[in-house]
Amino acid sequence: MRVPLSWLVDFAPFTGDPADLAAALDDLGLVVEEVQRVGEGLDDVVLARVLEIGAIAGADRIRRVTVEAGGEPVEVVCGAWNFHEGDMVPLAPVGSVLPGGFEISRRKMKGVVSNGMLCSGRELGLSEDHEGILVLPGAMAPGAPLTDALGITPDTVFDIAVEANRPDAWCVAGIARDLAGALHLPFSLPEPSTPDVEAATPVASLATVEVVDDDLCPRFTARVLLDVTVTSSPDWIARRLTLAGMRPINNVVDASNYVMLDLGQPTHPYDLDLVGGGGLRVRAAAPGEIVKTLDGVQRPLGERSVGIGDDRRDCVICDARDAPIGIGGVMGGDSSEISATTSRVLLEAAYFTPMVIARTSKRLNLRSEASARFERGCDPEGIDRAALRLCELLGATAGDRFRSAQGVLDVRGTVPGPSRVRVRTARVNAVLGSDLDDDQVAGYLEPIGFGCERERKGVVEVTVPTFRPDTEREIDVIEEVARHHGYARLPRRRLFAPQVGGLTPYQRDRRLARQVVAGFGAHEAWTPSLLAPDVHLRVGMEGGVRVTNPLTPDESVLRQSLLPGMLGALAFNADRRQGDVRLFEVGHVFPPPDPARVARALARQGDTVIAEREVLGVALAADGDDARSAASLWLVLADAFGIQDVEMTALDGLAEPGPGSGAAGLHPTRSARLVRADGGGDTARPIGVVGEVDPDVLDEFGLDAKRRRVGWLEIDLEALLDDAARRSSLVRTVSRFPSSDVDLAFVVDDTVPAAAVYRTLRQAGGELVESLTLFDVYRSETTSESARSLAYRLRFCAPDRTLTDDEVAQLRARCIAAVEHAHGAQLRG
Amino acid sequence: MTPSAGGEGPSSGGVDPDVLVSSALGQLATITTSAALEELHTELLGKRSALARAHQGLVALDPGQRPEAGRRLNEARRLIESHLADKRAELEQGERAARLEADRLDLTEVVVPRGRGRLHVVQRTRDELEDVFVGMGFVVAEGPEAETDWYNFEALHMPPAHPARGMWDTLYLDLGEPETVMLRTHTSPVQVHLMETQGPPIYAVMPGKCYRRDTPDARHIPTFHQIEGLVVDRGISFADLAGTIETFTTAYFGPDIHSRLRPSYFPFTEPSAEYEVTCTICKGTGCRTCSQTGWIELGGCGMVDPAVFAAVGIDAEEWTGFAFGFGIDRCAQMRHEIPDMRVFFDNDVRVLRQI
Repeated sequence: MRVPLSWLVDFAPFTGDPADLAAALDDLGLVVEEVQRVGEGLDDVVLARVLEIGAIAGADRIRRVTVEAGGEPVEVVCGAWNFHEGDMVPLAPVGSVLPGGFEISRRKMKGVVSNGMLCSGRELGLSEDHEGILVLPGAMAPGAPLTDALGITPDTVFDIAVEANRPDAWCVAGIARDLAGALHLPFSLPEPSTPDVEAATPVASLATVEVVDDDLCPRFTARVLLDVTVTSSPDWIARRLTLAGMRPINNVVDASNYVMLDLGQPTHPYDLDLVGGGGLRVRAAAPGEIVKTLDGVQRPLGERSVGIGDDRRDCVICDARDAPIGIGGVMGGDSSEISATTSRVLLEAAYFTPMVIARTSKRLNLRSEASARFERGCDPEGIDRAALRLCELLGATAGDRFRSAQGVLDVRGTVPGPSRVRVRTARVNAVLGSDLDDDQVAGYLEPIGFGCERERKGVVEVTVPTFRPDTEREIDVIEEVARHHGYARLPRRRLFAPQVGGLTPYQRDRRLARQVVAGFGAHEAWTPSLLAPDVHLRVGMEGGVRVTNPLTPDESVLRQSLLPGMLGALAFNADRRQGDVRLFEVGHVFPPPDPARVARALARQGDTVIAEREVLGVALAADGDDARSAASLWLVLADAFGIQDVEMTALDGLAEPGPGSGAAGLHPTRSARLVRADGGGDTARPIGVVGEVDPDVLDEFGLDAKRRRVGWLEIDLEALLDDAARRSSLVRTVSRFPSSDVDLAFVVDDTVPAAAVYRTLRQAGGELVESLTLFDVYRSETTSESARSLAYRLRFCAPDRTLTDDEVAQLRARCIAAVEHAHGAQLRG
Repeated sequence: MTPSAGGEGPSSGGVDPDVLVSSALGQLATITTSAALEELHTELLGKRSALARAHQGLVALDPGQRPEAGRRLNEARRLIESHLADKRAELEQGERAARLEADRLDLTEVVVPRGRGRLHVVQRTRDELEDVFVGMGFVVAEGPEAETDWYNFEALHMPPAHPARGMWDTLYLDLGEPETVMLRTHTSPVQVHLMETQGPPIYAVMPGKCYRRDTPDARHIPTFHQIEGLVVDRGISFADLAGTIETFTTAYFGPDIHSRLRPSYFPFTEPSAEYEVTCTICKGTGCRTCSQTGWIELGGCGMVDPAVFAAVGIDAEEWTGFAFGFGIDRCAQMRHEIPDMRVFFDNDVRVLRQI
C-alpha cells in the first residue's frame, strides 16, 4: 500500500526524518519496500502555452511544437498528440533535470532542434500517466513554476507491504494508529462533519434493501444521495489518490476510493436511476448465474469449488427485481455504473463475511481493492463513519443542491462484536522470554485501541477492537505486545538441545552414494521434477500424475523416472559440444497414482499420497561409455555398501513393474534389472535397472546414438539402503596361512550369464574360497560365434592350515566339473 | 700402503707384489664398464692371475721367508680388491644415473584424466546446512513432495479458503477432489508429520524440494529447496528462537554475519518474524545487493501457533516451540554469488563442474 506522509499526518503529528519513520514502520512489521520522494526536482519545470503545432517533413510520429513560457517562443519536438494549440503544458527547458536524474539537453530530430521537453505525468513523478502530455488548467500564467501552479509541495510516499493478518493496516488511518503507538504520539480519528446536507426526504421512500442471506453479508447499509453533480475531484483528492497509486475518475468514484484508502472501508456507489426497482437485494447466487462486472467481463457465479468445505455460495447484489447487478464485496456491475449524467446515487457500505469473499474472489480469479480488504476482515462498526466521510468529501464538489436523503437503510444480522481475551502476563513472558509486568503489557496495547482491564494481578482482560478481527486469542495479543515492545529488545538465549544431533544411517549412506558416483566422474545435476507429457512418452512411459494448473504445459506431469530429465540435460550439453559427460542425480520419482492410496492419505490414514521414491540416476555418456560402464559403477556401489544380495536379471525375466525398476527407454539386450532377494527368498524385489539407453530413445532426445552410447543406472536408493542391518559390519579374522591361486578359463555360451558361472564357482569352492574374480573376457576365432571365454581367478585359503597340493587339485577339479555340468561349458586348455 | 722396505727382491716366482698392485691400478684406471671391470677382476684375482700364481709359488720359498712373502701377497690382494670395489661402486653409480636420466619424465605432459565429478552446489549447501544444525543437536527429517491439503495447509492453521493460502501459488495435482492434493509449497508439512508421529521434545531440521506456481526470475525458481527447523520442548521461548537463529547465522556465514528479527506474518507461527542477516557482500555497510540497508532477508520464523499444536494433539500449555525456514538455493546463491538462479535449469556441465 502506498501511503503519503502528508496523508498520515491527518491522524497524528509525525515529524522528523522520513527514513526514521520508515525504520519504525519496519520494526512494526509494516515493511517499507520503498521510500519515494515526490514533488522534488521539478523546480526547473515551467508552464508553457502551446502557440503552434506543425508537421515535420518525413516524420509521422513527432511534431514541431512552438510554446511560450514567459519569454521568447521556444521550439520543441514532441511525440505526444493529446494536446492542442492554446493548451497549457509543462515544459522542462534545456539543462533541467527531471526526477530520476534525466537531464534535458538540446537534441536534433529529423533536422529539427528541440529546445526542451514537454512532460507527461509520469515523467514528472506526479502520476502513473504516460499516455500523453500532462495538460493543465488554462487559467495560469506561462512561465510560472509548475510547483507553484499546482501547489505541489515535496512529499514522501512509503510503499508498505501489509501482511495478510493486518486488515486494520490496509488504510492510512490504521497505519497511522500503529505508528503513533510505537512513537508515543497522540492518534485521533477526525469525526466527519456533514452539516446541512441531509434532506427531509426519508431514505426509505427512495430505495429498498433486502438481505436474503445474511450469513454472507451480516451488515448492509445504503444511503441515497440526491442532486449529485458528477464532475472531477478537487486537486488535493486527485493528488492523494494519484500518490497512492489510484487514478482519479470522477468525484463520486474518487470519494469512494478515497474513503477506502483513508479508513479501510470499501463502499459502492450505484446510479439509483439505473437500479431496477430502485432497491437492492442481497442473496446467494444461483450456480451459473451471470454478472457483467465493471470491467465488462461476463462472470458466471458459483460454478466450481475452490477447496474443502466450499459451498459455492457467492454473494450477489441484485436490483429490487432480483436481476444481478454486482458481486458483493468484489466488484460492481456495469449496468448501474456512475456516469456524467448520474444524479441520484445509491451508496452501499457493507460488511461481508471474509471467507465468502475469499472464496468468490478465488473462484472468479478476480481480486479488487475491495475484495482484498473484505476477505481479510473489515470493521463492521466502521461503516457509518466511512459513509459519512464520503458524504463530507462529496459535499465539496457535488454541487449546491447536493443532499443526502434522511436516514440510512441498515440491515443487520449477526455481526462480529469486540472479542474479549484474557491475557496472562506470565504467559506473555513465557512465550517471549521477556520480563514484562501488567502495566507494560497494557501500556503497549491501549495506544493501539485495545481496551485493558485489570481485575487481579498477573491478568489483563483485553477488549479487542472490531477493526482487529485477526486478534482473537491470547497468543494474538502476545504478538501485539511483542511488536510494540520491539523484537530487537527481546532477549536472545543460546539454546542447548538435550539430545545428540546426527544423520540417520540412510542419510549418511545417501551422502556416501553421491560421493561414490561423483568419484566415478559424474557431476551431480538437478533436472526438473515436472515434465511435458510427451517427454514421458518419448521414453516409452505412460500416465504419470498430472498437475491441474501447470504454469506451462512443459511442466505438467510428475516424473516417473530420472531418465527423461537426464537425457534432456545430456542433449543440452551435447548441443554445446560437451557430449563427453557423466551426470547423476538423487531425487524423488512419482509412480502412477493408486486411487485407494490417495483416498487413505486424504483420510489421514498414514500413507503418503503417492508412493514416491528417492532414486539415484546416473547417465554415463563419456567417451567409450556403454552398458559396461554402468555395470562397473553398480559393482563399485555394491562394493561401497557391502551389498551382496542384489543380482542382475534379464529385462524380460520379471514382469512386475515397480518404481525405479521401470525398464522403459532402455536398450532391450544391453540392460538388466537389479533384483534384491528378500530375506524370505520367496519374492525377489526389483530395486533398479542397469544398462544402456535405447538408441531410438537417444535419437528422440536429439542425441546421436551412432556417435555415443549412454550407460544408465537407476536405483531405488531407499530400497537399496534402507536395511543397513543386512550389510555386515563385522570384521572377519583373516587366515594366517598361505593361499593358493587357481586360474580357470571356460568357453561359455553367450546365453549363460557370467554371473551364473561366478555363482557356480563360488558354490563349488565352498568356504575355502577366499576370493573369486572374473579377470578376462575373451572372444576369438577359435571359440564359436555364440560363445566367449571367461577367465576366473580363485584364491583358496583355509583358516587353520596350509592347503596341500592335493587338496587344491581336488578343489580345482570340483570347480571345473561344476561349471561344465551346470553350464555346458568347456575348460580351455 | 707403500711396498715394504727390504732390499732383496721377491723370490716368490719372481713377482713383486708392489708391482702387481701398481700394474693393477694402471689397468683399473682404463676401465669404463661393469663388464670390463668383471673381466679385469678375473684377470687380477682369478685362479690364473699373477697373484694366484705367486701364492702357489710360496711353497717353493724358504720356510723362514714364507710368512713375510705371504703377508705381502695378501696385502696386495686386499689392496686390489679394495680398488676393484671402489671402481665397481663408481661405475654402478654412474650407470644408475644414466638409467635414471633415461627415465626422466615431464610430469606436465600427462593427458588430463576424467576427474572426480562435482556435487551440485545446492545439494552441497544442503549438506553444509545440515551439518551446522547437526552440530547444534538437531536431527534431519524428511517427507514427501506430494502432500494433502491437511499437511500443506489445514494443520498449519490455514483452513480451506484462508486468505493466507494466497501467500503461496500452489501447484495442485489431479488426484482426489479438486485442490485436495498438491506439490508442497514449503517444507512445513514435514513438521506436521513429525509432530503427529513423534511428539515432543523435537529438535529437527527438514530440508527438501518445494514447488510454487511462480514465473522464474533471477532470484526465484518454481522448484526450489527449503530447509526448515522445528523445536518443541518445555520452556521454549522467542529468546531461544532468536538465539538459535543467531547461532546458526554466525556458524554458517561466519563471525561477521549477524541476524535480526522483525515482525511478519505466517499463519503457523505467532508471533512471527522475518529473519534477516548482515549483507554478506558489504558486511553491513550498505550496497546494491542489500538496497543500502546492510541486511538481506533470508527467511521466516516464529513461535509455533497453538492452533498448529492443537491440530496435531500437542498441549500448547505444556509445550512451546519455534519454527524457522529459509531457501537453500538462496543461501547457495548468496555464498557463491550466482547472478541468476535460472542457470540451474540447464545443467550445463561448464557450470556444474565449477562450483
